[in-house]
Amino acid sequence: MRRAERVDRVGPSGIRKFFELAEEREDVISLGVGEPDFAAPWAAREAAIASLEAGKTSYTANRGLKELREEIADHVTRYGFSYDPDEEVLVTTGVSEAVDVALRAFVDPGDLVAVAQPAYISYEPGVVFAGGEVLPVPTREAEAFVLTYDALEEAGAAEASVLMLCYPNNPTGAVMSESEIEEVARFAREHDLLVLSDEIYADLTYEGEHASIAAREGMRERTIVFNGFSKAYAMTGLRLGYALGPASGIAAMNRIHQYSMLSAPTTAQHAALAALRDCQDDVEEMVSAFDRRRNYMLARFSEMGLPCFEAKGAFYLFPEVPGDDEAFAEGLLEERGVAVVPGSVFGEGGAGHLRVSYATGMRSLREAADRIEAYLNER
Amino acid sequence: MDASRELLEALRENARTGTADLARQLGMSEEAVADGIAALEDEGVVCGYQAIVNWEKTDEERALAAVELNVTLDRETGYEEIAMRIARFPQVTDLRLVSGDFDFLMLVEADTVREISRFVSEKVAPVPEVTQTVTHFVMDTYKERGIELRDGHDDDRLSVSP
Ligand SMILES: Cc1ncc(COP(=O)(O)O)c(C=O)c1O
Repeated sequence: MRRAERVDRVGPSGIRKFFELAEEREDVISLGVGEPDFAAPWAAREAAIASLEAGKTSYTANRGLKELREEIADHVTRYGFSYDPDEEVLVTTGVSEAVDVALRAFVDPGDLVAVAQPAYISYEPGVVFAGGEVLPVPTREAEAFVLTYDALEEAGAAEASVLMLCYPNNPTGAVMSESEIEEVARFAREHDLLVLSDEIYADLTYEGEHASIAAREGMRERTIVFNGFSKAYAMTGLRLGYALGPASGIAAMNRIHQYSMLSAPTTAQHAALAALRDCQDDVEEMVSAFDRRRNYMLARFSEMGLPCFEAKGAFYLFPEVPGDDEAFAEGLLEERGVAVVPGSVFGEGGAGHLRVSYATGMRSLREAADRIEAYLNER
Repeated sequence: MDASRELLEALRENARTGTADLARQLGMSEEAVADGIAALEDEGVVCGYQAIVNWEKTDEERALAAVELNVTLDRETGYEEIAMRIARFPQVTDLRLVSGDFDFLMLVEADTVREISRFVSEKVAPVPEVTQTVTHFVMDTYKERGIELRDGHDDDRLSVSP
């Protein structure tokens, strides 16, 4: 079938290849998974079931259930900002939809979108589908994969109209402190950039507090924040996220959302409501389990002599490997049955690294670490 | 959270995790972990470690019962004295003072239902302060101490995802 040119402007995802390789084998331990191994907290699942029993199967308001928006507005005050539930919150079908809608709402054909890299793999295609041009802004291991004023300047981000960033970061696990994020904010203010900040891993911050760019002075009016339920509440399959921003920005996004999505899945909205109200203890427990695994894997990498930057957020480590990362990952999968994702898949600054997800039980992590160690030793 | 609280949490998740692994998980030295465990045990915070057994998967017969106990107190005998008299029987696995219609909730384990019946009628009921016993034999166990005894949820995630 004849297809639009934009489809061919983005290649198939580099992750796909490793997925296919991993599926061919039987005994694979996967550290390549970008979602929690936990099931969603039972109270959230139970609320979803109850909503179905009560026959709540119609559309909701475009922007999402009012109760949910109120609960979200209340919840996010912990990040040091506040949003009006009626005007400044949009409930979406995952952060995925929020990102897509935002890019379409704020990027005109030919606009330059600066993307801090290594980055989650959907941003670049999202920009392309919106008709924009991606300007990669590399972050470096030597700077703990933090986005800096200088890096933005060097990459020419002053020419961009939008800046897309994600901290805590997928794939590096990097977080940014308040003073570090302030440098980025300063750049955005000076060069009048609109900022799209994907903070889906905000609650998975293991040392210190999450610092949002939207909470910096003069940033609220130029920032859209994305967050959701996939990671902290282990609700990936329920497909629910939200965007926060000034009323005019959220209205622009809602213009697209109301036509392309109508409303986010109703059942998931009921689950999300219960998640915010009743599942904070579950989140705390998952976070401390992730933290123990993070420590464990960092210790194992250090013991086996694999240099690894000390990631403080999300559920990824980003160790450095000898030689070509893709060849290393392929060899590791073929010879030892451990699946990881080569860092080069995530754009500039990713080459020579592996993304290792520790969203997997301790037993598998132990076995996988043993296998990685054996693989390293025989090379 | 302080170090001993973190240690406690890690032990509660899996008490069999070795000292070296606990040290890695908690970012502590092995020595600190060993000392921390020793302190928790000495202070009586950690009272023991046990396997949670699904007896259905063994060839052994196992009988369990939850027993409600009512007691009378007098000036010389309080709940504590009565409790200790009962708790010392090895058949009693759990004993708790509870609010509501009865005083103690006692869990009993033995090889057979008959053994439990005999234990309750011959050892517990005759205790002078015990005025009433109601025995509920356990017919099935679904969850014990936070662990579901049915098979857990399968990992049906895609093996590699963004
Ligand atoms: C950084 C980042 N943003 C967005 C998403 C997608 O989230 P959602 O499930 O809410 O669409 C992911 C999922 O892997 C992610 O890692």
